[in-house]
Amino acid sequence: MTFISRRDLLKRAAAVGAVPLATTSHVGALFQGGHDVRPERADLQRDATAPREPLENLTAAEADLLDAVVARLIPTDAAGPGATEARAVHYIDRALGGPLASSRQAYTSGLAALDRYARSSHGKAFAELASADQDAVLTDVESGKAAGFTGAATFFALVLSHTHQGTFGDPYYGGNAQFVGWDLIGYPGVRTMVTAADQQRLEKGELKTNHKSAYDYDAFTKASGKTGAL
Amino acid sequence: MATRLKDTDVVIIGLGAAGGVAALPLAQAGLDVIGLEAGTWLTRRDFAPDELRNNYRGWPQGVQKANQEIPTSRANASSATAPRGTIHPMQNAVGGTSLHYWAQSWRLNPWDFKVVSETKRRYGTSRIPAGSTVEDWPFGLDELEPYYDKVEYEIGVSGQAGNVGGRIDPRGNTFEGPRKRPYPMPPLRGTEFIEKMTVAAKSLGWHPFPGPAAVNSRPYQNRSACMYHGFCNRGGCHVDAKNSTAVTTIPRAQATGRLKVVTRAHVTTIEVDNGGRVSGVNYVTDGVEYFQPAKVVLLASFTYENTRLLLLSTSKAFPGGLSNNRKQVGRHYFSHHQGAPVTALFPFDLKSWYGLPAQGVAVDNWADDNFDHANLDFIGGGNLWVMSDRRPIAAAGMNTFGRPRWGSAWKAFIKENADRSHSSYIQKTTLPYEDNYLDLDPAEKDPLGYPVCRITAEFKDNERKIAAFTQDKMEQWYREAGAVAVNRAPVGGAMGISTHAYGGTRMGDNPETNVVDRFGFSHEAPNLGILGASVMGTSGAHNPTLTVQALAWRTAEHLVSNWKRIGT
Repeated sequence: MTFISRRDLLKRAAAVGAVPLATTSHVGALFQGGHDVRPERADLQRDATAPREPLENLTAAEADLLDAVVARLIPTDAAGPGATEARAVHYIDRALGGPLASSRQAYTSGLAALDRYARSSHGKAFAELASADQDAVLTDVESGKAAGFTGAATFFALVLSHTHQGTFGDPYYGGNAQFVGWDLIGYPGVRTMVTAADQQRLEKGELKTNHKSAYDYDAFTKASGKTGAL
Repeated sequence: MATRLKDTDVVIIGLGAAGGVAALPLAQAGLDVIGLEAGTWLTRRDFAPDELRNNYRGWPQGVQKANQEIPTSRANASSATAPRGTIHPMQNAVGGTSLHYWAQSWRLNPWDFKVVSETKRRYGTSRIPAGSTVEDWPFGLDELEPYYDKVEYEIGVSGQAGNVGGRIDPRGNTFEGPRKRPYPMPPLRGTEFIEKMTVAAKSLGWHPFPGPAAVNSRPYQNRSACMYHGFCNRGGCHVDAKNSTAVTTIPRAQATGRLKVVTRAHVTTIEVDNGGRVSGVNYVTDGVEYFQPAKVVLLASFTYENTRLLLLSTSKAFPGGLSNNRKQVGRHYFSHHQGAPVTALFPFDLKSWYGLPAQGVAVDNWADDNFDHANLDFIGGGNLWVMSDRRPIAAAGMNTFGRPRWGSAWKAFIKENADRSHSSYIQKTTLPYEDNYLDLDPAEKDPLGYPVCRITAEFKDNERKIAAFTQDKMEQWYREAGAVAVNRAPVGGAMGISTHAYGGTRMGDNPETNVVDRFGFSHEAPNLGILGASVMGTSGAHNPTLTVQALAWRTAEHLVSNWKRIGT
């Protein structure tokens, strides 16, 4: 199996007739991206079969737009998979119903304002713009210079921070799929013990990467052990 | 109407780093102690190696009482109140924040107890910063040394002594005051990068040494040695190698049969009788009100809550708040200047993915009065600390030294540099000032309808000058070790909410300027003791917890020795 880029994923899905819920604007953004380069490392491969799962909090249109945004924040490029492969939006969608619930309204209004600004400044929905134009829009949002977008810089910082969480956080929460985020930055993995010998191996570049979630360790799961008083 | 519970000798409000220590000498002396704790027990299973949970979601603090009463904060009386945070820096649990703190366990240096007299002696009265209300402590390091020693051995602290009985050992902190004996455990291990920084400090002529930690460097008291797995920063220990009071003094006190731990007890006020003595504590659990009578009350709920509970506990004897007839509760507040970090970029991987923030190398050459200030325009200084602590989300959010924060260029940068940056931790002398204080917020309330604490405080010239000075030293150190880029954070403005929060119930002999006496008991309500950094009048350049614990032990021991006078 080779690394499957998003573009290939969509092509393949179309070929077998199982078209995922991608809008044309998605496809447009992908094809104008110019950054879909295949990473060389085989261990970054991702299963092409998207799991069957609902959008838990975002609307389909919001999720599509957010997909396009995170694909520019941490792009899929020569340096390897990005936020798309990490499934950062899946992480955000799930978290918005839980620990990030207080940000739900910020996504509703922020994504709408972002799309409005894309149309007013570049004449198209954000997801339909070429990558360079998307980057220009995001740069204006980041710096707070996007006309008509109140709180743009705060919203940008929020999305960037959640995209980091969804790309570099523990995979249990729905992001960092296949550990692509940790591999990108060279994190050698969650361990419960790092001996002096392990540290020396790390320093010599000989420590094997440990692709594990914290919850692959029984000690931290519901199933384990006995707990004392409340 | 509150249910009146059975009388007890001593009630402790808060079983954290301070209250959890005080319980032990009291229980061992045969006093009946009830520990009221707002949180619950947490165990190893609660301490997963999970950065999202520990550092971004406030777990295990996520369901905390403290999170519902986060203080408001403003720089000064004429500035706007900043938006309140959503996660309190401290946590409610049996063991409190000693469960998830960094566990750096420093003693203060001798100068920290004598800032006023030593500054006057060496440089003249004019060198005390304008507007500062700083006083000497009512005693010196020598008075506290036996209690530092007790706590170091009782909970377990690893480290390298630098001064045992006056004999200087260059492997340790050569600036520390004399100690009776070495640490009970050797220091935590080093790493290649820590060693590189140690060599660089030596080549600058400085005196680097491994810092002290309440973390087991070897098995201690039948608990495991540290696993160095990297989730210690705001994470509890999955093998009980971090020596929180929840695994040390509290269970030992329970074993005497004299300590009763009451969890989920949300204390609202302290009651006072007509004679001006405290008579017990009101608390709420699941909406049900209880009154716990006690002969003595020890308040140990962290600086903000200590101040708030006193101000909320009004009575005939204390109309402006308990022990506040001289208007000193909330005064002399300051939070440690721990900010203004220096961040360096190295041309090689630091291999810092594992380890803990208490594992590292310190330099005290530029702390306190360890260097001549005659030609400088500030007093005090900072401890430079280089530790091994990196986690993936934080690494991805690293300083990019002027490069973009997102996109392909950023991605290429972090792919190469995520393990090549280091941020220093510099704790700086911070002083109390006339116009820095805590009081009750006029608008914000907790869910029970009580006002939250309000912080009005900013760093002044002396703190900002120390920050700039120590940033110079830190940059010099990083460059000596091969850093190719260095970034300095701004030197500081509003103090804001902090884990190192001091004052509000300061300790001192003069009742006109201090809330508690030299043993930690109220000048105004004789059977009320106060524990925590709220009694400290100076910060020094090192973490407060061990000093807080030594003081707590000393207050408890004083109570035992004077039980007839204080308790009856």
